[in-house]
Amino acid sequence: MQLSREALLRAYRQMKVIREFEERLHVEIMTGEIAGFTHLYCGQEAVAVGVCEHLDHADMIVSTHRGHGHCIAKGCDVKGMMKEIWGSREGICKGKGGSMHIADIDVGMLGANGIVGAGSPIGVGAALSAKIDGNGKVAITFSGDGACNQGTTFEAMNMAVVTKAPCIFLYENNKYSEHTGVSYSVGTNKDIASRAEAFGMKIWRGDGTDFFSVHDTMRDVLEYVRAGNGPAAVEFDTERFFGHFEGDPQRYRGKGELDHIRENRDALKIFRARVTEADLLSGADLDAIDAEVMTLIDEAVAEARLAERPTAADVLTDVYISY
Amino acid sequence: MAQMMYRDAVLQTLFAEMERDENVVVLGEDIVGGMGTAGGPEAIGGIWSTSVGLFDKFGKDRVIDTPISESAIVGAAAGLALAGKRPVAELMFADFIGVSLDQIWNQIGKFRYMFGGKTTCPAVIRMAYGAGFNAAAQHSQSVYALLTAMPGIKVVTPSTPADVKGLLTQAIRDDDPVIFMEHKALYGTMGEVPDGDYAIPFGHARLCRAGQDVTIVTLGLMVGFCEAVADKLATEGIGCDVIDLRTTSPMDEEAILDSVEITGRLVVVDESPPRCSLASDIAGLVTTKAFASLKAPPALVTTPHTPIPFARELESNYLPSPDKIEAAIRQTLAWR
Ligand SMILES: Cc1ncc(C[n+]2csc(CCOP(=O)(O)OP(=O)(O)O)c2C)c(N)n1
Ligand SMILES: [Mg+2]
Repeated sequence: MQLSREALLRAYRQMKVIREFEERLHVEIMTGEIAGFTHLYCGQEAVAVGVCEHLDHADMIVSTHRGHGHCIAKGCDVKGMMKEIWGSREGICKGKGGSMHIADIDVGMLGANGIVGAGSPIGVGAALSAKIDGNGKVAITFSGDGACNQGTTFEAMNMAVVTKAPCIFLYENNKYSEHTGVSYSVGTNKDIASRAEAFGMKIWRGDGTDFFSVHDTMRDVLEYVRAGNGPAAVEFDTERFFGHFEGDPQRYRGKGELDHIRENRDALKIFRARVTEADLLSGADLDAIDAEVMTLIDEAVAEARLAERPTAADVLTDVYISY
Repeated sequence: MAQMMYRDAVLQTLFAEMERDENVVVLGEDIVGGMGTAGGPEAIGGIWSTSVGLFDKFGKDRVIDTPISESAIVGAAAGLALAGKRPVAELMFADFIGVSLDQIWNQIGKFRYMFGGKTTCPAVIRMAYGAGFNAAAQHSQSVYALLTAMPGIKVVTPSTPADVKGLLTQAIRDDDPVIFMEHKALYGTMGEVPDGDYAIPFGHARLCRAGQDVTIVTLGLMVGFCEAVADKLATEGIGCDVIDLRTTSPMDEEAILDSVEITGRLVVVDESPPRCSLASDIAGLVTTKAFASLKAPPALVTTPHTPIPFARELESNYLPSPDKIEAAIRQTLAWR
């Protein structure tokens, strides 16, 4: 199905926001201004955006430690996220969560997560809620090629199947879990989707560096799940451009690997080539978005730097009981 | 004696024990690193660099890099131990005990008793714990109280490189399950480490500073904070006993009680929340067993009863600090 000009511009813009958000963090983290562990989503933009462009706020997603892309794609406030990562009390979680714990329930973003594999069962519950309400909404749990090995993930898949939960188990296979390759950690010959299939779900696969592959695949997956057929699983083959976390020496990479994926597996380059070659958008259209996004990110960083800092008293708020 | 970093004391002790006893095996996520990648094995040697070179020396059967599956890692340690091996499993972060809790709590910790003494379970579960890195609510916790509350498990919290060597050696040789907790903020600290065979029996606290006026009981990263405060107060003529527990299970009750009987004042410094905590446990011990010696109520320096916040200002206000410790000591001394 052909996307409208507006839809294409929007998709590109979302991917570009994620890209520049992360590229900028990569630079800012080196200055030491940002605290904590940060896992960047660069390289995987087409997945988050190709998925979330199909969703509205009532559809729910559950994210991972590498969650910035999912958050942006689902509609979290970009400036609020930047402030959160800077640890400001004006951040989207008041500086209490940081990069690994960004959440905005109002937009259907049920939380990034520091515990690998914790998201899948949460997704099942969210999906069951939608099933009870009979509103045709779905829950999508993002997991990596590492997270797919947690028992929680297996339990969640089986429970979703037996309860017919409208849950989508979405696997982003970027080929690494920290420093370990997927060919070592996943026993089924590198394939995560076929393992999900064995649980009794219908499965799909797509190219996670190509927005159109993700978007087309997800149209089918969502149609199937929204129709009340129960859960489904989908695996996208994708790339992680940076280290596992900022500071990772990446000794597991092959020679020239990063140059190769930056050159040939870059979701933004691939999108640009596709839409300009097909005359759907012009280079100038995309350049204009690039400029606008750079301004947004500059502003987000500038505002985050100046945003109000939390105080000692803030440690004790948002609790049920005070001692 | 050699000068060495805390993290290297972990690595060298693992190395020495694996060399000494072929039943010792290690397992955990990325403890080799690079498996199934173009870069090949030994890409990392554990994210805390505590297993660098083990794979090369001892091979893949005894140095087992695992998928992200904490429940299976700890469960496999249980099975290895029951079948006669001496596993040392690593959880990257102590917070991940949540994923593997059944295997620790209902399995490993219960075998000896539940099976009527028929078996032991010589498993060691190492884990990095503690705050100070703005790693937020799920990567910063000091979970020793939770684990100490479980019968059947020994809990060890070394604060110096020497104690790492002595206590980890003991943990691996011990016939019972041991949780070995390494504080993240201590990995880079240096200290003298005894040469040769060196094991420290469990349940023997270390007196780090001696004084007559107040007893400070603490552990882990907090030991250094307490020593600094004690040194400062010593210049004013205030004497502190600083007791590093070393192991919270078994706990050296005698060392605590003997000290409080002289000082009459107790301050517990504990990097975890106050309810059902190590701090309240020790206060309970002292009030029930040394009540008559007390000249002031025990003072507890803990974190607030909340999850651990992310932002720098929040985390630093959350944690016990030398200032808070000093204030608690002064308050105890000034009592009535
Ligand atoms: C329960 C648990 N175990 C281990 C970790 C440490 N850890 C964080 S991310 C990660 C790798 C996850 O790999 P994958 O699921 O492929 O996601 P990716 O990092 O590639 O996005 C690991 C081991 C964790 N946070 N939680
Ligand atoms: Mg991965």
